Amino acid sequence: MRHYLLRRLFQAVFVLWAAYTVSFGVLYLLPGDPATIMAAGGGDATTVTREQTDALRHQYGLDQPLAEQYATRLLHAVHGDLGRSVQSGVPVTHLLRQALPTTAQLAAGAMLLALVLGSAVALLGSSTRRRWLRQLLLSLPSLGVSAPTFWVGLVLVQLLSFHWRIFPAFGDEGFSALVLPAVTLALPAAALIAQVFAKSLRTALAEPYIQTALAKGASRRRVLFGHAVRNASIPPLTLVGIMAGNVLAGAVVVETVFARPGIGRETAAAVTAQDIPVVQGVVILGAVTFVLTSLAVDLVHPLLDPRIITTTRPAVAA
Amino acid sequence: MTGLSIPGAGTPRPGQEVPPAAAPDLPERRSRIPHHVRFWLLRPGLVLSVLLIAGVLLAAFFPDLLTSRDPLAAAPQDKLLPPGAGHPFGTDQLGRDLFARVVHGSFLTLQATVLAVSVGLLVGSLAGLLAGYRGGAVDDALMRFTDVLLSIPGLLLSLALVTALGFGTVEVALAVGVTSVSTFARIMRAEAMKIARSAYVEAARASGTRWPAVLVRHVLPNAAGPVLVYAAVDFGAVILQVSSLSFLGYGAQPPTPEWGSLVSDGRNYLATAWWLTTLPGLVIAATVLAANRIARALDGDDREAR
Repeated sequence: MRHYLLRRLFQAVFVLWAAYTVSFGVLYLLPGDPATIMAAGGGDATTVTREQTDALRHQYGLDQPLAEQYATRLLHAVHGDLGRSVQSGVPVTHLLRQALPTTAQLAAGAMLLALVLGSAVALLGSSTRRRWLRQLLLSLPSLGVSAPTFWVGLVLVQLLSFHWRIFPAFGDEGFSALVLPAVTLALPAAALIAQVFAKSLRTALAEPYIQTALAKGASRRRVLFGHAVRNASIPPLTLVGIMAGNVLAGAVVVETVFARPGIGRETAAAVTAQDIPVVQGVVILGAVTFVLTSLAVDLVHPLLDPRIITTTRPAVAA
Repeated sequence: MTGLSIPGAGTPRPGQEVPPAAAPDLPERRSRIPHHVRFWLLRPGLVLSVLLIAGVLLAAFFPDLLTSRDPLAAAPQDKLLPPGAGHPFGTDQLGRDLFARVVHGSFLTLQATVLAVSVGLLVGSLAGLLAGYRGGAVDDALMRFTDVLLSIPGLLLSLALVTALGFGTVEVALAVGVTSVSTFARIMRAEAMKIARSAYVEAARASGTRWPAVLVRHVLPNAAGPVLVYAAVDFGAVILQVSSLSFLGYGAQPPTPEWGSLVSDGRNYLATAWWLTTLPGLVIAATVLAANRIARALDGDDREAR
């Protein structure tokens, strides 16, 4: 167990370092001069004077050799300093920490909803004996992954906020303002979970031990929940680990649609203004989320399937 | 698969359907409908999907066949008309015909989608091919790199790329394409590893062909299948990503229409003009649904379903 834990931890640190390096490469190495981009602030680059870019270049250390820039930035990042926003001058970590709570609320609500909704659809669809209900339920996920998130959100606002006036359309005041954004963010995630879970349930229900349990007189419900679900839950669980980062990314769209403050809105604003340090901070936050949730999922895996510890590394779905 | 199968040339392989040896009377009625017609008759959803995608392609390349109106021509006296005769999708706040804007917008959206899928397909296949065929350190390095790409949420990576590259349809397409490189690479790598071990590759190498030639002439054509199928699978998802970035305002700049930006243009009129957001969004959703349905058919789901 300790060996397993240590290896997972080492991998986590490696992935974080690599994600930092990739984001540095994308934002600072691609053609296009970061100082000019930042000085233009998403506007017209031709209006920027040479003095402005030179000042910025010096202020952000962009006049140093690349290797040196990379080393100093990485060292600062390890100490929790991700630089300052070009637009507001506020430290990036401070900006993210302020925006995090509302987004965390939204993401947690969405994940929970996605888990419940996705597993309910998969379980009902795989266990019902009515053919029409089964076909209906199992075709829902393909609808869910096809509808654009921003459009689903706007249609929900149209119907439930303007037409029936049940939920507020915008803002972050209280629980009722959380419902529509969380549902919007949850739907594609729920569809993915339902697809993967239904597939793994189908595989599990075709195994010989299911026949054995049925032959020994276990009820259908007991066979489903006692035998099939536990074995079928590893692929959807792995998926949840991967998806947490994507839910954070989905918040960029959802928070824009619902004009909700949070990480997503900050990100959208930072990209529009080409505020490189903030964008890099968000990318790193996404990688941290991914690493932490995968780590948590890896710790739960052995509880579901003790074979994972004894064999080599657990399979990670692509 | 590669064995010389002269002795049993007539025997069908497990996947093939066995023709009834001496046709008994019973299936006579069914077999009067040709096999390929029956295939389509049993799948009305697939037929609809193919028709829809054909319509979208028509809209992208020959927009004038579908609408004679100018997508940019404003007519203030006709502003915010609901869908009806003359304006099937209604008009926007400047009196521009929404149907014409959706039809003309499909070109940029499809262009970005095709470009993004091609970037993923080409770069990913090349990396996967090299990794799978050469193995060793090349393989390790490339696969570690794709692992890292997978650990950054796709949309965030796209946003970082858009920040560095700037805004526009092509920039968005590149930013989205890079995010699917790693999946293409993994699929190609697995296939290339399998092919590299086959007898004909060994034969080609033994007869003195140099490795780049073996790779291009023997491994690539035989390993291309799964990647091409995944390109079809990826198509729908890429339309969604491209239109999300366009919705956020990083695609083509106004007044040029793009599917995602059309939806966001209608946001200020949610309460009064429902069609401005609902109809372009519906077109995106239907297109993605149809693309996914066709991809599922190409993936071979239909063979086991019926």
